[in-house]
Amino acid sequence: MTFELFIFYVFATVTVASAVVVISSRNPVYSALALVLTFFSCSGIWMLAEAEFLAIVLVLVYVGAVMVLFLFVVMMLDINIAVLSQGFMSYLPVGVGVALAVVAEMALLVGSKYFGADIIPPPERHVAEYNNTAELGNVLYTVHMYAFEIASVILLVAIIAAIVLTLRKRPLTRYQSPEKQVAVRREDRIRVINMKAETEE
Amino acid sequence: MIALSDYLILGAVLFALSVAGIFLNRKNVIILMMAIELMLLAVNINFIAFSHFLGDLNGQVFVFFILTVAAAEAAIGLAILVVLFRARRTINVAELDTLKG
Repeated sequence: MTFELFIFYVFATVTVASAVVVISSRNPVYSALALVLTFFSCSGIWMLAEAEFLAIVLVLVYVGAVMVLFLFVVMMLDINIAVLSQGFMSYLPVGVGVALAVVAEMALLVGSKYFGADIIPPPERHVAEYNNTAELGNVLYTVHMYAFEIASVILLVAIIAAIVLTLRKRPLTRYQSPEKQVAVRREDRIRVINMKAETEE
Repeated sequence: MIALSDYLILGAVLFALSVAGIFLNRKNVIILMMAIELMLLAVNINFIAFSHFLGDLNGQVFVFFILTVAAAEAAIGLAILVVLFRARRTINVAELDTLKG
């Protein structure tokens, strides 16, 4: 076993073990933290497959943004965990059975018989000067330009949708209304009255 | 030497775990969403492995877009979850039966 393969197995073991924690933990906070570990070790696996840019993006975007969002929501909502984890044990045989069936079928298809190292030999490693980010950018900004722009529109729609969904008017809060402030005229605010000057008798 | 089948079987195991997670945590919407994220991760592992072994960078571009869409999906899903919790004070799937005919 080469050192590379050893590293792969370490990362793969951590990935699978933390994924088991994600689905079996009673507390959603632990699930979210285990999912962070899953993303981290999976990022190591991607690094081994020479997808350096995506490995960094996985850590930055997923661990840094999406999982923080998950943790935020999990901790903000007051959830009754005991009610939610009812039925865990009763569905356990079904879940394990389905999972084993899926793994067995997919291992038959994608196992070493058809996709082994002797069928598809591992490619040569790139030289040290190879820049994965630059290569990805070359493809992304030329061939896939329209898809890239559509992705940006999707993100914009997601921003607006998330804001609009969670926006609510609080009846007790006092707001300024800028349109009224701007439209105010001098006559509405001050009144000039004509009165005699008061003098001392 | 890491073979392509190693990556693919890792992806298959992750996918099966997330399917099992959907079966086990049918009442908790948050863990259901985490299981969906795990599924997307398993798919991404396959894309990156094939991209590496076939020497084709387009697989990584596809993963890039999957990550984008998954981030948008997570944001909107969590927003819906917050609104749902505000309205019903629960995220138990078994109690969300308003649309039942």
